[in-house]
Amino acid sequence: MEYISPEGLRLDGRRPMEMRQLHAELGVIAKADGSATFEMGNTKVVAAVYGPREVQNRSQQLQEQALVRCEYSMATFSTGERRKRGKGDRRSTEISLVIRQTMESAILTHLLPRSQIDIFVQVLQADGGTRSACINAAALALADAGIPMRDLVASCAAGFLNNTPLLDLNYTEDSGGGPDVTVGVFPKLDKISLLQMDSKLPIDLFEKVLELATEGAKATAEYMRERLSENTRQLVSARGLLRF
Amino acid sequence: MVASHPKAGAEDNRGAAAMLQSKSFVKKTRQGRLLKIVREHYLRDDIACGAVYCSICDKSTACLSDTTSPILIVDTNVVLQQIDLLENLAMSNVVILSVVLDEAKNKNLSVYNRLRTICSNPTRHFFVFANEHHKDTYIKGMVGESPNDRNDRAIRVASQWYQRHLGGSTKILLLTNDAENRKKAREEGIIAETVQAYVQALGKPELLDLVARSQVENVFKHDVEDLRPSKRKVVYAEHKAMSEITSGLRQKIYHQGKFRVNRYNPFEAYVGSESVGDEIVIKGKTDMNRAFDGDVVAVELLPQECWQDGSGKIVEDDDEEEEEVVGLVPASADDAPKNQALEGMSEKSISIGIARPTGRVIGIIKRNWRPYCGSLEPMPLPAGGGGTVHALFVAADRRIPKIRIQTRQLSNLLDKRIIVAVDSWEQTSRYPSGHYVRSIGEIGDRATESEVLLIENDINTRPFSEQVLACLPPLPWSMSAEDLRNPYRRDLRHVRVFSVDPIGCKDIDDALNCTLLPNGNFQVAVHIADVTNFVHPNTPLDEEASQRGTSVYLVERRIDMLPKPLTEDICSLRADVERLAFSVLWEMSPDADILSVEFTKSIIKSCAALSYVEAQARMDDSRLSDPLTLDLRNMNKLAKIMRRRRIESGALTLASPEVKFEIDTETHDPLDVGMYQVREANQMIEEFMLAANVSVAGHILKHFPMCSLLRRHPIPTPKMFEPLLRTAAAVGIHLDISSSKALADSLDEAQGDDPYFNKLIRILATRCMTQAVYFCSGELSPPEFHHYGLAAPLYTHFTSPIRRYADVIVHRLLAASLGLNKLPDLLRDKSLLTSISDNLNYRHRNAQMAGRASVELHTLIFFRNRPTEAEARIVKIRSNGLIVFVPKYGIEGPVYLTKKGTKEETELVSDIDGKWIIDEEHQTLLSQDGKRRYKVLERLSIYIQVVEPQPNRPKLELTLMKAC
Ligand SMILES: [Zn+2]
Repeated sequence: MEYISPEGLRLDGRRPMEMRQLHAELGVIAKADGSATFEMGNTKVVAAVYGPREVQNRSQQLQEQALVRCEYSMATFSTGERRKRGKGDRRSTEISLVIRQTMESAILTHLLPRSQIDIFVQVLQADGGTRSACINAAALALADAGIPMRDLVASCAAGFLNNTPLLDLNYTEDSGGGPDVTVGVFPKLDKISLLQMDSKLPIDLFEKVLELATEGAKATAEYMRERLSENTRQLVSARGLLRF
Repeated sequence: MVASHPKAGAEDNRGAAAMLQSKSFVKKTRQGRLLKIVREHYLRDDIACGAVYCSICDKSTACLSDTTSPILIVDTNVVLQQIDLLENLAMSNVVILSVVLDEAKNKNLSVYNRLRTICSNPTRHFFVFANEHHKDTYIKGMVGESPNDRNDRAIRVASQWYQRHLGGSTKILLLTNDAENRKKAREEGIIAETVQAYVQALGKPELLDLVARSQVENVFKHDVEDLRPSKRKVVYAEHKAMSEITSGLRQKIYHQGKFRVNRYNPFEAYVGSESVGDEIVIKGKTDMNRAFDGDVVAVELLPQECWQDGSGKIVEDDDEEEEEVVGLVPASADDAPKNQALEGMSEKSISIGIARPTGRVIGIIKRNWRPYCGSLEPMPLPAGGGGTVHALFVAADRRIPKIRIQTRQLSNLLDKRIIVAVDSWEQTSRYPSGHYVRSIGEIGDRATESEVLLIENDINTRPFSEQVLACLPPLPWSMSAEDLRNPYRRDLRHVRVFSVDPIGCKDIDDALNCTLLPNGNFQVAVHIADVTNFVHPNTPLDEEASQRGTSVYLVERRIDMLPKPLTEDICSLRADVERLAFSVLWEMSPDADILSVEFTKSIIKSCAALSYVEAQARMDDSRLSDPLTLDLRNMNKLAKIMRRRRIESGALTLASPEVKFEIDTETHDPLDVGMYQVREANQMIEEFMLAANVSVAGHILKHFPMCSLLRRHPIPTPKMFEPLLRTAAAVGIHLDISSSKALADSLDEAQGDDPYFNKLIRILATRCMTQAVYFCSGELSPPEFHHYGLAAPLYTHFTSPIRRYADVIVHRLLAASLGLNKLPDLLRDKSLLTSISDNLNYRHRNAQMAGRASVELHTLIFFRNRPTEAEARIVKIRSNGLIVFVPKYGIEGPVYLTKKGTKEETELVSDIDGKWIIDEEHQTLLSQDGKRRYKVLERLSIYIQVVEPQPNRPKLELTLMKAC
């Protein structure tokens, strides 16, 4: 299958090193302490954060730090095909774990001892790169909830098809059977917080694909930060109106 | 644009992706449900126009440089129909729109690939403009607008854009043969012309040969003689409209199927129909109604009283009487009884008396036209030489009807092999119309004829693309420390491994070892090149190999499935170098019982690459007692026991005469020809390869019962054995065909006056069977997995991954079953695997036919200046002569006792030697003077020579030697 035309365009018109359009909204769920939707092209994810709050199950309480929990699910309508996939299956459990670990590494958990933070992430529409979108949505929701973090965390994936490294694969490209590298970065610290790969790749190619995914994650972080500061401005002006 | 940095397409950082469109469409899922798909579609502002003189666009990919002639924009139909013209160097400065490329890709992949080849050649100045992703040329379909109309409009919008963008510097010309589109274009201010008009104006008359004529123009404008109303009579029934066909199919009045022309009688065809549950026979050109072999057609059954039984005989087109040829001996039923068709029977209708469903073609659902190789029918040159003439083209493939073409270069083409493409076939025309594409070379020339047979068998001889070569590891390759450290790769470099192959073999797939164990048993192993360590799924290299399916071996050359660095170096298990292998290891008792089997990836270092001759000589030379020779002898002992057991359980020892040529290294012409000698060493290697394949088949099937690639050999039907049984009965031999075991036993007992007799019977038995085929285990039930010829319940191909793609798949399956890698998704899907195996069967068949054709060609060249006397065996006696087989040269053909063309129904026919009395029933032949008497399967002397009954049409002729 030809994923990149000889003219250098991918099936959707992007070039190999281009990301899809990003779109984020903050505070979309009023009940939650923090929430966000994150779109990467047609992939759309919503995240809600509750906490920090009291630990519900005392036996799980940690004396030195906050307990971070994460629940991931896919909306039944998210792929368009009716398929039983909710919580509980192996893939969901694995993604929940990945999100939790990534967020845990970003949150300054020692500042919130004996508390609990719940992160709920749901895929509303799946078109490739859901893992990254989940991490980005969760990170924004945490920021929206005002939870202290050592840095923002942002994620992006890259793959390798038709002998070319490709940034931010959509579903069609993701189904091409090539390797897929997902990274999460701390942009300010310039550190990688997450690295996942689902098949083998020679080391020289791996380095190229990793570098591309990292660049993509940094560009995503840039966008996320802009959205956050815009949001803060809006909040400020909203409060301004409320002032007597 | 900075290409090296990723761009986030966020709305405040839009960059090049200026706008976003969602494309939605409905797709059928595998379960058959409908699914709405929404895809993103990015529009850009950085797509260049491709003109080197443009002052606005990026020029790094620009290739349109000529401002003196117009920039041509072509529509999809021009691409699909005039690809031969586009390939001509005279066509240049062309813009190919992405909408046109996409449409061409959907409608005809081979045209698409040819167009891509032109576009990738910088000297052709073809520029691909991605109009569908350009923000100013992308259009959305309007309500009520058909996809075709939308695409035509997109072409016009792009043409207008070019006119605005470059109109000041050069002329933009839209080429379309669609009158409506031309009209609209002109209304919108675009200059538009037909292809014909454009080419005519170029003033290069030879280019006009290449223009495919649209149907209307063909009949009315060019066939001057046909303009007279009386001449334009209807020859064929009208094809029904598609809507009528669809409703007829639904009501089961019509039946749909693939049209298959009898290879040995081009006026008979079959349509396999699911709705009838049987093959429908179509007889005669009228009822075949312009269908070509491979077309998907709609058929209507004739009233039952018109159905034909096997004995029926129709010779309708007496002017195109079929001619028998001398050719290679058929190796299997698929090579078919060339010389049986003569009797007016197809190989499928031998059983007499049962009327078979007979029908006629009422419409063509999908054409299977491809470019055909062949030559023009000899005809006198017109007075004065030049000018346009009509000529009839005769395809090399006998299933293809003659094609009428126009040419202005007749004298030039008469002695050439040429390629012709079909344009149309009108009701009023006896022959289809086509156009000349290119000439290959002179008829009879070795290189020309070799190219013909490659093209005709659809064999890809193009050099490997850069993308494919980019997948190869860097050269020179040597084993890495990583390979050595790999815990799954066993280090077998200390083992005495060797290979045995034909002399001069460079692509060594397999090597073996046979080591005596302290307990008295043997460790026997077959090591196969670890091709999948280098060929990874979903790479261009893998896709190319999958498409090629197999290497092709011609007499004088080899067309590889994989690039040379892999076949001859990295994967070839040559002597004294370290190589990666996939090994099957057995522990065997001295009685050749398999005690255990193990599969592992390995590293080996072969100590000797022997030829069969060398291996045999070592085994036979009693003075030698070195370790390698002892290994060979042990191995041979085991192989003999294994072979005996296999035969006892019913495996057939079949025979097909393989001919070997000695080729002149400079001229590539054959110097000598003889039967390929099979030695014990050959059988020894074969035995272990069979064993490895059987072991692997069992293992992969256990792990992947639904998606293993296996090889089966169907049990021949009793009907297929009929010709053999009749021949045997005529010489008083009874063959039991009730099982392969029974057949093997009765073949053993079939002895005649001389040692060759038994071999002859085996040769005749072999050709009653069809070829073995690949299949996906999930598609059939276990009893159907059976391999008849090997009497094995399971079989596959594992031992030649360098030259067969099936083995590559089997390597991946085996590796996955060992947990070494995950199974590629492609192989998990039953229907995908089935389509892969269908292609492999097709490629295999073609490779074999090409190989045979190559041997036939070299046989013809060999006898050209060497008329020869040889001993032959009578294979069949029939009313007008004999069919004989010449063992030494592996050829078979007719010896006429009548004058050709006089097939009178008399028992007395005359010959140079006088009169003959032919008894078909008892298969005997007696000269009237009683001095000479022949019986089927007996020996006789014949004379082989090359004759040229028509200029440029040399062929082999066999005649009886005069009695001394
Ligand atoms: Zn331009």
